[in-house]
Amino acid sequence: MNVYDLPDEKGHFGPYGGVFVAETLISALDDLRAQYEHYRNDPDFQAEFAYELKHYVGRPSPIYHAKRWSEHLGGAQILLKREDLNHTGAHKVNNTIGQALLARRMGKSRVIAETGAGQHGVATATVAARYGMECVVYMGSEDIRRQATNVYRMKLLGATVIPVESGSKTLKDALNEAMRDWVTNVEDTFYIIGTVAGPHPYPMMVRDFQTVIGEESKVQMQEQFGRQPDVLIACVGGGSNAIGLFYPYINEENVRMIGAEAAGKGLDTGQHAATLMTGVPGVLHGNRTYLIQDENGQIVETHSVSAGLDYPGVGPEHAWLKDIGRAEYAAVTDDEALEAFHALCRYEGIMPALESSHALAYAAKYAPTLSKDKLLLINLSGRGDKDMATVAQMSGLAL
Amino acid sequence: MNRIATIFATLKSQDRKALIPFITAGDPDPSMTVPLMHEMVKAGVDVIELGVPFSDPMADGPTIQRSSERALKHHVSLRDVFGMVSEFRKTDANTPVVLMGYANPIEAMGYEAFATKAKASGIDGVLTVDYPPEESSAWVAQLNKQGIDAIFLMSPTTLQSRMQHVAKLAQGYVYYVSLKGVTGASNLNLVEVADMMAQLRENISIPIGVGFGIRDGETAKAVSELADAVVVGSRIIEEIEQSSKADILFNVSKLLSTLRHAIDEK
Repeated sequence: MNVYDLPDEKGHFGPYGGVFVAETLISALDDLRAQYEHYRNDPDFQAEFAYELKHYVGRPSPIYHAKRWSEHLGGAQILLKREDLNHTGAHKVNNTIGQALLARRMGKSRVIAETGAGQHGVATATVAARYGMECVVYMGSEDIRRQATNVYRMKLLGATVIPVESGSKTLKDALNEAMRDWVTNVEDTFYIIGTVAGPHPYPMMVRDFQTVIGEESKVQMQEQFGRQPDVLIACVGGGSNAIGLFYPYINEENVRMIGAEAAGKGLDTGQHAATLMTGVPGVLHGNRTYLIQDENGQIVETHSVSAGLDYPGVGPEHAWLKDIGRAEYAAVTDDEALEAFHALCRYEGIMPALESSHALAYAAKYAPTLSKDKLLLINLSGRGDKDMATVAQMSGLAL
Repeated sequence: MNRIATIFATLKSQDRKALIPFITAGDPDPSMTVPLMHEMVKAGVDVIELGVPFSDPMADGPTIQRSSERALKHHVSLRDVFGMVSEFRKTDANTPVVLMGYANPIEAMGYEAFATKAKASGIDGVLTVDYPPEESSAWVAQLNKQGIDAIFLMSPTTLQSRMQHVAKLAQGYVYYVSLKGVTGASNLNLVEVADMMAQLRENISIPIGVGFGIRDGETAKAVSELADAVVVGSRIIEEIEQSSKADILFNVSKLLSTLRHAIDEK
């Protein structure tokens, strides 16, 4: 395999990615690309980013050998990359720090973000407070109802949360509304996108900020196990935690990569968010990628128990990795994810986010088919405190 | 000369400016679209921009979003929109029709199938909000094969250097978005528009239409003094939204007549 070096200078990953936006945003994206190109090679910027990740986020996050659960499953060893231990409780903050530092250098005093479950909104509100910036978060009114705690958390951090009432009132509509804000306030506003999607340079930039996950893993695996894992597993909604783990391993052909999408109530029910498994390529939110859509090109509402995976698109780099066969993608149902959630609580004393539970559920199915000397590295992308009400409700309890 | 070039040449010879209304196909329901198109022609419009409804209209404000949602309740697809234009063409062979919308319905149909069907139904130009020139070479090639104009946007943030690049691809007319924002905004600044028009004229030889923020005879008149065409969208959709079904044709016609007179007034 040739050395992987994507995207190209126009932001393409094969036929995917690119810049599919209205004219008003073109100059802002040109500017962002130029500034990012400059700062990604700037030692001062990289040093400040590293400092913040260490002292503010608490990195490096450990790799933990889940011995009891591995033994219970009776096959390969399960290793967990503990992004749940980051400040704010998920991998999202790696990216929001990177983008906020860039926003500051570009002289932008106001940041905006879209959020589904609220994790990216919280991570953005957090760094906006940390750096003294005005912060506006767009969130679908349906998600606001489902995630009241995170809404309050954002408000405590000083952010303004604006309910989005259009369309399906969820993440995709919040993204539409954030784009509308950006187009209106493009001069003083920096749009902090939460995943590896959107117009170039976002998929590349967010990936770069998240690769700290995979870079650390490479060092830690060598130190702790004397070798690299056989398989990487991560959940995929937009795909930022997955690409953060996968990317540093792309040129290591012996390491398999598996992305777990949300099969919701089942792939054959129409109520799922498994974009790569069931979607077809199209254009939405500034990039060409796989989309869940009807035969007329209208975007279809998705379903997942995990709000963070409930999105009809996926990062363009995942679309390309799927097409070239470098990464594989599978789907996990709500019920399977819930079972893995409970298993990790009971066997390891770790409460995973429902998003991450999709990766765990795939590992639980896969590990028993492998011998005990195989190593599976799973990205435990977030903690599950935010999901307690949902889990209780699915178990027929009210908190 | 195609229909778009013809109409602009005629208007120029008469020292008049074009009035271009935008409506969403299928709003408030599919049976209204063709009658509305004919009524708008009677009220004196020169080109019709017909919106293709889309589930995620990212560049539109609440008014046009709602029009898209109303049309989608009736499951109006790109194929239905072609059908409406064919129907319109049975009794109007001259008024140019420009489709305006988002990329994904076109992606789903495929460039070649789209261009062939668009031509067959009598469409003259296509403006796709999220196909900027950078991503448009294969797309424009398919349109041109069918003799359909690829219409592009320019905005207050478009740099001089880029205008020349866009000018090379742009056909029919250029749609200048008068303000930083979404459709239906009301912060039109005529001094800024005048400044930009001077720059645009230096780089672009085809007609230039101005849209966004035009709400009444006064703003229409002011913009017509700067541009070759005045584009009005959200204000018409508001009229459709606020009228009972029986009054829609009358009220839209009345609004457009007011704009027409304001523009033609010397």
